[in-house]
Amino acid sequence: MNNILKVENLSMQYGKTEVLTDINFDVQEGDYIGVVGPNGSGKTTLMKGLLGLLPPSSGRIDYNKSILGSSFPGYLPQKAVSNDKLFPAKVKEIVSMGLLASKRYPRFISSGDSERIMAVLEKLKISELKDRKIGNLSGGQQQRVLLARALVSNPKMLILDEPTSALDPQIREEFYEIIKTLNDEDNVTVLLVSHDVGSIGKYTKKMLYLDKRMVFFGSYDEFCKSKDMTEYFGFFAQHHFCWRHADGKCDFIDN
Amino acid sequence: MENVISLIIESLKYDFILKALLVGTLISICCSFLGIFLVLKKHSMIGDGLAHVSFATVAIALLLSASPLLVSIPLVILASFLILKLNEKADLHGDAAIGLVSSFAVAAGVLISSVAKGFNVDLFSYLFGSILVIGDMDVILSVILSVVVIIVIVFFYNDLFAVTYDEEFSRVIGLRTRTMNYLISVLTSITIVLGIRVVGTMLISSMIIFPTVTALQLSKGFKSTILISSLVSVTCVLIGVFVSFGFNLPTGATIVGLNAVCFAVFFTIKKLNLI
Repeated sequence: MNNILKVENLSMQYGKTEVLTDINFDVQEGDYIGVVGPNGSGKTTLMKGLLGLLPPSSGRIDYNKSILGSSFPGYLPQKAVSNDKLFPAKVKEIVSMGLLASKRYPRFISSGDSERIMAVLEKLKISELKDRKIGNLSGGQQQRVLLARALVSNPKMLILDEPTSALDPQIREEFYEIIKTLNDEDNVTVLLVSHDVGSIGKYTKKMLYLDKRMVFFGSYDEFCKSKDMTEYFGFFAQHHFCWRHADGKCDFIDN
Repeated sequence: MENVISLIIESLKYDFILKALLVGTLISICCSFLGIFLVLKKHSMIGDGLAHVSFATVAIALLLSASPLLVSIPLVILASFLILKLNEKADLHGDAAIGLVSSFAVAAGVLISSVAKGFNVDLFSYLFGSILVIGDMDVILSVILSVVVIIVIVFFYNDLFAVTYDEEFSRVIGLRTRTMNYLISVLTSITIVLGIRVVGTMLISSMIIFPTVTALQLSKGFKSTILISSLVSVTCVLIGVFVSFGFNLPTGATIVGLNAVCFAVFFTIKKLNLI
């Protein structure tokens, strides 16, 4: 199978509080999965587990090394982590961080690395920002720089944590377009964590709904047709979330 | 102008001036290389706290009639680990942990000096620095250790930069963030102990903070900040040593005063948008 990630019987806890119980799912190469759920449902905890920031209390998280290679999943945090407007770092310096993991000591940036940095900046159409100070950029520009940092090592998989919560609607649309292109054209597997269950169905291919346990995992078609989900969410919310009906993808409601 | 030149030439005849210039230049480079990481991680006060700790360790060394440098370096490193541990484990806020350790250390230093009696004058020279009494052994140790500090920072530059900008991301891509934090602590401890001979325990933290903050007023990139702060810092030390010789002023205070002037100038340039 071309599973890129397999999560089995995963439980996670903070101290003695169990936050996630018995999570099971497979991610296939080329998937675009929206990880959704209410506040406190364990989305962020799951993401920390997947990124290796928090050890699981039980169960397994297995990445398929034959697909991922030596690269680690690219990671885009919620916001520019350093809110410090004074932080003296140029865009190209920030992006170069994404290359460090694959380098040996001393991890100096070579001219080949600089070319890769320029290539990813061009791809995201921000090459003219390369010598600007990160703190002087707009929120949308900063988000693109951080995306460039996640992409510069050519990861096969991207993990995005609420990437658009601080962006204007128009910039948000642009951002999702970029992610969609990466997923469609470069076959990058994407895991998108969001609290906005009502709108990400428009972009993502599959849904993972968490509420301390796994409520649903599968495609939006399955979600739309699932009787269990009608019971769980109620008829209206289910079909609001599934995005099957808004633009004529599905004009019947099979009930 | 001729006066200035003849003053400089005259001062260079003295051994202690040459030593002060050499040691001061190297330490000021160490301070600016480290300062950026401490200031941007909002750990500036660790430098200040460790400087207070070095007051106690110097008192211990004088009590034991041992070399203050050799006794202080390991003890100050231990104190820096204690501050980090208190931060990590005891749920203390960073600055509170520094406050605890540094005030206790000063108290210990005062107690030791009052019990021992008789070396108060020596201790005072470590409070505000005194270039007159830098021994040959101190010079050799300072040169070796400052060069080591600079090389280590250059070697780990990109790791340190990544950890300073975004610790979580650095952990995700597999950098050893904890090791880097401890590395910064060790290097800071060494630099502070080396610096107390020149500017003293009360003033050494300003050598770490001032040049970086001055450079931050104008710089755009990380490397350029380090470069500008090194230039500012070295210039202040060189001019400070000559001025203090010429006007018979305390060296440490003169250097810090010059740093304050530089900061004011850079700050004004930034506010007036002159560049």
